[in-house]
Amino acid sequence: MKPDFDQFEDLPGTTIFTIEKAREGFHFNEFCMSLRKEENRKRFLADERSYLDEWEMTEDQKQAVLTRDFQKMLDSGGNVYFLSKIFAAEGLSYVQAVSTMTDMDVKEYQAMMLSGGRNIEGWRSKKERGEA
Amino acid sequence: MAKITAGIATSHVPAVGAAIDMGRTEEDYWKPMFEGYEFSKNWIKDNNPDVAIIVYNDHASYFGMEIMPTFAVGVAESFEICDEGYGPRPVPSVEGAPELATHLAASLILDDFDLTVLNVLEVDHGLTVPMSLMFGTPDKWPTKVIPLAVNVVMYPQPSGERCLSIGKAIGRAVAEFDEGLNVQIWGTGGMSHQIQGARAGLINLPWDQKFMDDLINEPEVLQYKPHLEYMREAGSEGVELIMWLIMRGALGDQVEEVYRFNHVPASNTSVGHLILTPKDVA
Repeated sequence: MKPDFDQFEDLPGTTIFTIEKAREGFHFNEFCMSLRKEENRKRFLADERSYLDEWEMTEDQKQAVLTRDFQKMLDSGGNVYFLSKIFAAEGLSYVQAVSTMTDMDVKEYQAMMLSGGRNIEGWRSKKERGEA
Repeated sequence: MAKITAGIATSHVPAVGAAIDMGRTEEDYWKPMFEGYEFSKNWIKDNNPDVAIIVYNDHASYFGMEIMPTFAVGVAESFEICDEGYGPRPVPSVEGAPELATHLAASLILDDFDLTVLNVLEVDHGLTVPMSLMFGTPDKWPTKVIPLAVNVVMYPQPSGERCLSIGKAIGRAVAEFDEGLNVQIWGTGGMSHQIQGARAGLINLPWDQKFMDDLINEPEVLQYKPHLEYMREAGSEGVELIMWLIMRGALGDQVEEVYRFNHVPASNTSVGHLILTPKDVA
């Protein structure tokens, strides 16, 4: 079966981690995986730039990490489970980190979740939203 | 002869594990969710399995992108707990069931499911949070476990058809094992959730409830739901629900619904939970 990666382009506000994205993000995600070790978390937090320079990452990927721009990290091949190693190193929860990718602050995001989460109406497709 | 006596489905939200580990289950935020599992904790005291085959996914905890198996089965004597970035969860290590696990792996490979065999594996919240929800906080887990890891992180994930089909093969393999064991199969993950991008926080409870109905009554139809529909309707991480099809496939044609629970939210997630039994057993 011929893979259809373009089918996911219509999902609004969503980056699907495809096998192609995984190639693009391989070294970046390897860096993330290194943070599973406490000694590496300490070294990273003590001097982020030097630690990042140990990895074959693009400058854009490094800048995205330094500025904690999680959307940019996704766009350049990152996946949220890998990215979680970065925010876990700082003791942040998924809610705290994930909310930064939306147009809400963490309080507004938490309030949305408590009231039942983001309603899917209007969020099914870019075409439906006039974004395509 | 070993027999699959029940199937359990449950979400495996990491924050649920953290709430248990930090003693926060009585807090207003968490209490209604944990109360929904009280029935199940009592039920499993009377229905404790010898072995639980736990279908779960690793979350960049043991598998990075160096090796990404589509289906992998843990055949070791025991499985240690991963450090997912916050330090390992303070739960007991998980005891394996090597004899049934090797029988299962061999049976599935001979049935044309090209499984990866894991003699070393550390398990993450995907496997341990369901155990905590069902068993609480014992010093030693009361069941042996066969971890069955499924790639749901990288597209293409296995198809729904493949998941239902491997579930059926698991049912046959267990029935052909000579020792008289009480075996359960657990499907974990889901329900609707998206933890990335501008659409993060998506929850679709009506879709989740319909998925439960279809899983119970019409798995042969449900298996054809494409990945895109899971991602569109249940969020990018909602595709984890294909793992529930593996559990369902192992239970046979007809099932009894013993218990059902839904709760929104736990962290970013719609929590869903089922206990099912095969009709010929119930």
